[in-house]
Amino acid sequence: MSFQLNINRKPRTVEASDDTPLLWVLRDVLDMKGTKYGCGVGMCGACTVLMDGRAIRSCLTPVSQATGSITTIEGLGENGKLHALQQAWIDLDVAQCGYCQGGQILSAASLLAQHPKPTDAEIETAMTGNICRCATYNRIKAAIHQAAGSQAETKG
Amino acid sequence: MPATETFAQFDADMQALITEVETISPPAAIMGRRSFLKLAGFAGGGLVLAFNFDTRVAQAADGGDATTLNAFVRIAPDNTVTLYSKGPEIGQGIKTAFGLILAEELDADWKTVKVDQAPINPKVYGHQGAGGSTSIPRAWDQLRQAGATARAMLIAAAAKQWSVPVSECSAAASVVTHTPSGRKLSYGALAKAASTQPVPEPNKVQLKARADYKLLGKRYTGVDNLQVVTGQPLFGIDVQMPGMLYANYAKCPAVGGKVKTANLDEIKKMPGIVDAFVLDGTGTPAEVMPGVAIIAKTTWEAFKAKDALKVEWDESTASKDSLTQATAKAKQIAGQMPAPADNTGDVDAAFASAAKVVEASYDYAMVSHQQLEPQNSTAWWHDGTMEIWTPSQMADRGLALVAKMLKLPEDKVTVHQTRAGGGFGRRLANDYMCEAAAIAMKVNAPVKLQWKREDDFAHDLFRAGGYHFLKGAVDKAGKLCAIQNHLVSFTADGTRPVSGGGRSNNSFPTDMAPNVRYAVSLMPLQIPCGPWRAPTDNVQMFVAGSFLHELSVSAGCDHVKFLLDWVARPLASLPVPAGGPPPDLSRSFNPSRAAGVIKMAAEKSGWGRKLPSGRGLGIAFSCAYGGHVAEAVELSVDAKKHVTVHKITVVADIGPIINMSGAENQAQGGAIDALSTAMGLEIGVEQGRVQQANFGDYPLLRIRSAPPVEVHFIQSDFRPAGLGEPCVPPLAAALGNAIFAATGERVRTMPFKRAGYTI
Repeated sequence: MSFQLNINRKPRTVEASDDTPLLWVLRDVLDMKGTKYGCGVGMCGACTVLMDGRAIRSCLTPVSQATGSITTIEGLGENGKLHALQQAWIDLDVAQCGYCQGGQILSAASLLAQHPKPTDAEIETAMTGNICRCATYNRIKAAIHQAAGSQAETKG
Repeated sequence: MPATETFAQFDADMQALITEVETISPPAAIMGRRSFLKLAGFAGGGLVLAFNFDTRVAQAADGGDATTLNAFVRIAPDNTVTLYSKGPEIGQGIKTAFGLILAEELDADWKTVKVDQAPINPKVYGHQGAGGSTSIPRAWDQLRQAGATARAMLIAAAAKQWSVPVSECSAAASVVTHTPSGRKLSYGALAKAASTQPVPEPNKVQLKARADYKLLGKRYTGVDNLQVVTGQPLFGIDVQMPGMLYANYAKCPAVGGKVKTANLDEIKKMPGIVDAFVLDGTGTPAEVMPGVAIIAKTTWEAFKAKDALKVEWDESTASKDSLTQATAKAKQIAGQMPAPADNTGDVDAAFASAAKVVEASYDYAMVSHQQLEPQNSTAWWHDGTMEIWTPSQMADRGLALVAKMLKLPEDKVTVHQTRAGGGFGRRLANDYMCEAAAIAMKVNAPVKLQWKREDDFAHDLFRAGGYHFLKGAVDKAGKLCAIQNHLVSFTADGTRPVSGGGRSNNSFPTDMAPNVRYAVSLMPLQIPCGPWRAPTDNVQMFVAGSFLHELSVSAGCDHVKFLLDWVARPLASLPVPAGGPPPDLSRSFNPSRAAGVIKMAAEKSGWGRKLPSGRGLGIAFSCAYGGHVAEAVELSVDAKKHVTVHKITVVADIGPIINMSGAENQAQGGAIDALSTAMGLEIGVEQGRVQQANFGDYPLLRIRSAPPVEVHFIQSDFRPAGLGEPCVPPLAAALGNAIFAATGERVRTMPFKRAGYTI
């Protein structure tokens, strides 16, 4: 079947069966490898993309339902400029293996769209669906605060 | 070969791998006099230096108008310096660290340095695997020498051009300066002339002292971070080739089962399916087990066909393992201690005269790796060559394995190493690479084998579980005087513990006491076991670090003082591992380094201060994989046994730090990974089948439970150790000791959720 998608502000026409998850359309049909396969059941968040600005799991989203405006990690920056989150991720050297980080950044982008100055609790709630197997969680939290210009709370 | 022998052989291979990654050659063997050879006739017309390890000579790839000064260094006329990272990047940060070591001795301008992945060619680069936290210590001399040699040749070329003595020239930030006249030449301008300079003898090349480092020890962001945060294709799973097909490989859920029948005709009729066929395999989990390969036009179509695949398995030789039964049996045989493998001093006399004697039993579950990038490899059989792209931790070993399996000479197997989405020891084995190669032999196109997450659960090489029955004693002076440790472990060959299931070869002896009795009982196991981040120590130190605390508590001693007494032993009295190389003192246990990290961890965590009710502080130490590490955990426990970890303090002595940012990241990640595993992770096996299928059954720790981790390093001039592993082993004991301090309850089982604790 043929589907009209809007990906990173561009219209794309793809051929795929209607149950094909958006994840595999992005990776195998459109050769956009930034969206990662992690678990296939929506438990890890590696496949996170934005649909109309909200984080969704592309492994559980059939291409037939990807009717909104899709943003992948390749398209988060605009006009050749990195998104503030991407810059914070580089500045704080967040990644270890890096495999989950595209999904982490997109979940964070979805959070900042709703809570421009998130608290630690809001970060924890928004990011809890994204596993980082290397456990870079402290830096993920710090990078979100840095990009948002918000302050981490002191715990202890 | 009968199944049991095949599994025994596989397990012996895994054990050899662990021994290999635990040990490294003494420095003299790493960099001999004839390690550099001049090579002629490369594309640029200049000189290539290769690192030669066995008199064979190979050549680095070259092209364009850049000049290759050796297999690690290329310099372009625009002054761009390209450095080659020889080992796989699996998240441990060595691509950045290797670049920094080279750039430091080369005196390159880090801002214009590019770091590329080197091809797999052990003849040029030597060992190219990443395991046992040995990447840095193995490559330390080699990379420093490579950088310094290239630098010496650049300076020599400048001196020649200016007709001045070399001693009047210096280098900094990719520029050579003639100090008296102030004349300058860039590395880019000098590279061609430098390549015609004689190669200095390695022992004539001056390496820098730590005090003179300009780059090492500061904070750097990873060299691939821009590509990571913009989603560029870096990983094995991202490989794309024209005309590429996609495969999945279905194996028996109980390891060792063979294909009896399969509905291949139905599968082949499914949309997008190109082919489906049975492979007999080689019979070892390290290579290819029997199964059904499904070849499709997309990954999704391959996965859908896998779900529709119906296989009748012949399970006559398959695993029937049950870990429930194994646990019951371990308790049964706890009291039947066999003849000791180690019987030092007089344990019975020490028990008889001790001030306090404590008995306890500990156990820990089997766990899985679950690196976030599921296993994959792309293979292409073309022109009599097997070409492979793989996220392996040991692609050099994989190359040899594929060549042996396909009966090809090794020069007919080309392996490209990609970035790996995590390793944790799982990718030391190359089964996914062998499977891809075996499948590609039957497919007339490049083919990417992609495991499902469920395949990664069903077919891991697991960290073995184990059971310890302990008796220990403290003398009247408050010191550990005797340990008796009956370990009930598993065996593949009937004679020795499975890989990762025995005592550590090369780390701080966990039973170290004046009087030791150590014995091992073995239960057969067919499920494959293998190295998991800090093999053996990650579990042995949970047991040792917790039991030591039981002893100090029973004797009324301060635990930090007890630990300091425990580690204070003369070096000469330390045991030398049997059959291994002589201990490298930069990697082996060192009492003063141990005392240093314990004291600092006590100080930084506020040891000894009064804590409110329900709050506890625990501390533990280990020396493993070259790192001396003490960790302290401060936590609260509520009435429902929910644990809130307020802070983890890590103090590590791994020699000099190369990239402070990367080092802190590894220390934090290692500690939190260990916390995640200790609290909640467990693999069950019944009727040979793994009981967990996906992350819903295997609660890896998430951001809401991740505590702050404060990291301190004690830097020294010892050879640097790696940091992927050393921060894992002490955590579980520090956690359990803190829970004891908070609640008075001792947790003697991992994961702690078995004792009702949640995080």
